[in-house]
Amino acid sequence: MSEPNEHEHHIVSPMVYLTIVGALLVGTAVTVWASFIDMGPWNPVVALAIAVVKATLVVLFFMHVKYSTKLTKLTVISGIFVFLGLISMTLADYISRAWGRW
Amino acid sequence: MSDSTTTAHGALAESHHEHPPYQRHHFESVEQQFDTTNFAMWLFLLTEVMFFGGLFTAYLILRNWYYPAFVAGSHQLNIGWGTANTAVLITSSFTMAMAVWNAEMKRKGGLVLCLVLTFILGLGFLGIKTIEYHEKWEKHHIPGIRYSVKSFVNPASDPDIAQYGDKPLAPDMAAKTELYFFLYFAMTGMHALHMIIGIAILGYMIYRARNDAYTTGHVTFVENFGLYWHFVDIIWIFLFPLLYLISRHQ
Repeated sequence: MSEPNEHEHHIVSPMVYLTIVGALLVGTAVTVWASFIDMGPWNPVVALAIAVVKATLVVLFFMHVKYSTKLTKLTVISGIFVFLGLISMTLADYISRAWGRW
Repeated sequence: MSDSTTTAHGALAESHHEHPPYQRHHFESVEQQFDTTNFAMWLFLLTEVMFFGGLFTAYLILRNWYYPAFVAGSHQLNIGWGTANTAVLITSSFTMAMAVWNAEMKRKGGLVLCLVLTFILGLGFLGIKTIEYHEKWEKHHIPGIRYSVKSFVNPASDPDIAQYGDKPLAPDMAAKTELYFFLYFAMTGMHALHMIIGIAILGYMIYRARNDAYTTGHVTFVENFGLYWHFVDIIWIFLFPLLYLISRHQ
């Protein structure tokens, strides 16, 4: 406010929040509906895909990351990256060494 | 020695500029203060991602190891209650986002209303969770304390899983259902603990908001608590399909 050259605080409008909460509730309905359809091995994939879309909406709009500084964006992306990296490395270890010998 | 002290005092006095009462001295501007605390809050949330990440990884691996036991265990969960709770939590995230908006617009009445609604919805979530936990207690599905494999070695005896037509599990696999319920309680329990902490902070914020604490232009606390609340919502967005939904047809 006093120094306009700096990053300005962005106020997200209630209409955006209303749209997002609508999308999240529809997403919840879709994921429950999808679980009633037998897709064999694809059920978990579809459920997780919908969950990822919902989480992305929450992070971008409710948590304002879309309107945040580059520092915040980088922090969020590196967090997701490290989390996925740790999961893949753990799974790689289990699959290549102990699988089937528990 | 005394000279350098004097110089330091002089330097401090010169660099001291006018700023709103809520801006700390060591920040250049309110914006810088906001960005810094926002960054710190995200770092805290990343440690939370790692914490819940461990639980999710354990669930992923054990579900694949003891697949029949995890499928049979998840058939015990009530999709109706789970869906209702998801809707309650998503709505509470919306009211929390609206609380942040009201604080930014300096609307005290709206802020207090939104915080109170978030508080009530949070309690509603815990209420539904209590009903579900009570059901587990009644059916002897509390690992380590009150556990029976009856539903799994003899599914015909359990009306709740009749709809799934489960085949009886061998006793050694049926014993692994206890592991499913252990993870169920660990994951939903840690999530519920985060909700309880959040609701306590909400209570404090309602009190502070009524005393005009957040409607002076200083929205940092409300904004950062919002981040925490939405994060807890995201955890549930993943817990719900993984625990309740994905084993329906297996």
